[in-house]
Amino acid sequence: MPGPAPTERIRPEGRRNSQGIRVDPEAEVTHDPRQAVLSALVKHKPGVLAEVSGLFSRRQFNIESLTVGPTSDENIARMTILIEEPEPGIDQAKKQLQKLVPVISVTELEPEALRRELALIKVGGEKPDDVNAVAEMYDGQAVDASTDSVTVEITGSKQKIDAAVEAFKQFDVQEIVRTGAAALERGPKTLDTDV
Amino acid sequence: MSERASVPAEDEQQEETEAEEQTQAPVTTGAQSVVRALENAGAEYVFGVQGGAIMPVYDALYDSDITHVTMAHEQGASHAADAYGIVTGDPGVCFATSGPGATNLVTGIADANMDSDPMIALTGQVPSNFVGNDAFQETDTVGITQPITKESYFANHSDTVGHDVSEAFALADAGRQGPTLVDLPKDITQGETDVEPNPPTTPDTYHVQEEADEADVQAAADALAAADRPVILSGGGVIKADASNALREFAMEYEIPVITTMPGIGSFPEDHELSLEWAGMHGTGYANMAITNTDCMLAIGTRFDDRLTGGVDSFAPDAEVIHVDIDPAEISKNIYADYPLIGDAREVLRQLFDAMPRAPDADEWREQCQTWKDEFPMSYEMPDDEPLKPQYVVETFSDVTPEDTIVCTGVGQHQMWASQFWEYTEPRTWVSSHGLGTMGYGVPAAIGAKLAAPDQEVVCFDGDGSFLMTVQGLSVAVRENLDITYVILNNEAVGMVRQWQDGFYEGRRMASEYPWIPQFDKLAEAFGARGFRLEDSEDVEETIQAARDYDGPSVIDAHIDPGENVFPMVPSGGDNGLFALEEDHLEML
Repeated sequence: MPGPAPTERIRPEGRRNSQGIRVDPEAEVTHDPRQAVLSALVKHKPGVLAEVSGLFSRRQFNIESLTVGPTSDENIARMTILIEEPEPGIDQAKKQLQKLVPVISVTELEPEALRRELALIKVGGEKPDDVNAVAEMYDGQAVDASTDSVTVEITGSKQKIDAAVEAFKQFDVQEIVRTGAAALERGPKTLDTDV
Repeated sequence: MSERASVPAEDEQQEETEAEEQTQAPVTTGAQSVVRALENAGAEYVFGVQGGAIMPVYDALYDSDITHVTMAHEQGASHAADAYGIVTGDPGVCFATSGPGATNLVTGIADANMDSDPMIALTGQVPSNFVGNDAFQETDTVGITQPITKESYFANHSDTVGHDVSEAFALADAGRQGPTLVDLPKDITQGETDVEPNPPTTPDTYHVQEEADEADVQAAADALAAADRPVILSGGGVIKADASNALREFAMEYEIPVITTMPGIGSFPEDHELSLEWAGMHGTGYANMAITNTDCMLAIGTRFDDRLTGGVDSFAPDAEVIHVDIDPAEISKNIYADYPLIGDAREVLRQLFDAMPRAPDADEWREQCQTWKDEFPMSYEMPDDEPLKPQYVVETFSDVTPEDTIVCTGVGQHQMWASQFWEYTEPRTWVSSHGLGTMGYGVPAAIGAKLAAPDQEVVCFDGDGSFLMTVQGLSVAVRENLDITYVILNNEAVGMVRQWQDGFYEGRRMASEYPWIPQFDKLAEAFGARGFRLEDSEDVEETIQAARDYDGPSVIDAHIDPGENVFPMVPSGGDNGLFALEEDHLEML
């Protein structure tokens, strides 16, 4: 006694989007990606970076930058992770990160949090004065010079560094290194209180 | 039963006495500390294979009451430990040496990870000063296993190695269960230490929330009580949390139809009128109709795997979802949860039970579910002149065995028939590879299950392709004289692949037919097991009885109709409500 064929069965009206969220059946709904700054306190021990970066790569989270460094507690390191994902992806990234055993706490920083990146830019040494002048425009300074090269240090937001790099292109850029963002909440709020 | 069964009886007795005394003796090496940690955690069995780098740990095991079961392949060790974990609820333990031993464990670890089965793997490693030098039988086991464990530990000191094992054991069992691994460099296990391992405790960064927020529970209970078309979706987490009784009480009190996921099979009795059995790609038509048309779903301990949901856009599209899970990361991962309840399934069910203002007014809905049961029954055709039907073999076996019989499977069509046509009523009686879908899981899993529950009958349904992948495990079942009945539903093919090729690849059966497979009844005899060949429907009962009567492992090579396919079927990524009941329906989808 086979029941109705597939197309003749009772059907509900609703539908979900690709993120599993119920949506208006008539409307197109997508979540645009946004940038999020995650700050994580982790146990300072070998293998933690691999564990965190492995998580992000195998779950296909689109990672913009990841920086890591020690804190005032020698057993704890702090990671700053910039990701760009639709809202559900950001939420999932936070929870998956929190799930890792060496991770102590995860917080998404406010959009207005302080974000700084460092770049070292090595250019040709023919016009040291001009290089210095451009560096000053970006609150940077020459930190090394030889007859053939000048290396400049710039600190600031990603946009500022992007602009600086663009400006230095007039001087035969030989090498650039950038750190990715380190970020801290403005005001008295600290992560440590969440531990 | 153990490796050392060959030791004469009186010596063994004497040894046992000595062993007991030595259990009390102080730890003197890292390896002894490892074994002490396992003893402290209550380990009963270890499934493993010897090797150079793990040898010190085996040497320490010589003096322990823990029974070691030598497996024929490390993959089997990990599956046996996994099955042991499913049946007992406590972490199963497996050992392997470094390099190839460790990599052979990987499949079983990944399997346990996908199904949240409690397991701890201990692997040998080359001595610390060789690590990183590409030494003989070296591999980066921690690096390889990190993505497929709750945590992989690299032991770096003889004084702390026992603690690493204690912690890994506790972690495997805590919260959402899963596999852990400790990699043991040989110098660390050989090294001297007098440090006793700590009692098993989870790491200080691991926090589990047992109870859900009361206000959230109340909101969810109100939503469920107000529903017109409520269902409960019971996942594997219900069994893991020992919440089957709480689920039964809840569902029966509030008269809400229950659907299980495939790993959730056994969490609710399939012979109860509220049961719609299991949903998903090859679940029952009525479960899939109910999932599609529900307006409020209480989903417990499920991760909304794609084999359950089909395409997420069409999954329970009208439903408000109440999602109970102990792992916060599961909430809204695949299906958005309108009411997330984080906590232990048993605790949260108790909270919900108390918070329900009334039972939902769902008489009409239950009648509708019954109509679907009548419209889409699980059935198969068995004309007299047709070859043996796999469904008939499963159904007949199910009819003659006790309710607590444990069914293990490999992966493929046979697995689906075993889940569709066996009637499950008890938790921890269904042992299968779900998330990873590991062909070859069945033979070793049945060994782990039988040792975990020696008083329960154990049946393993396997396919010819799946069985062949771990057939060497039969030697272990024979050596340990385990009373397991293996039933190979033999269609001379990797049948599920062939089914897809026929349905979606225009019948181009590339590499899916196995006309060259051995005669499994004779192969069984060669291993020292009993072998039976089954071809006719009328011999089914008698053959099953003969195999059950045999005290030891037996293998029934059941030559089934090679034309038989698994239905109902929701095509991959499809709409659960549009399941195909027969080949013709596939063309409509």
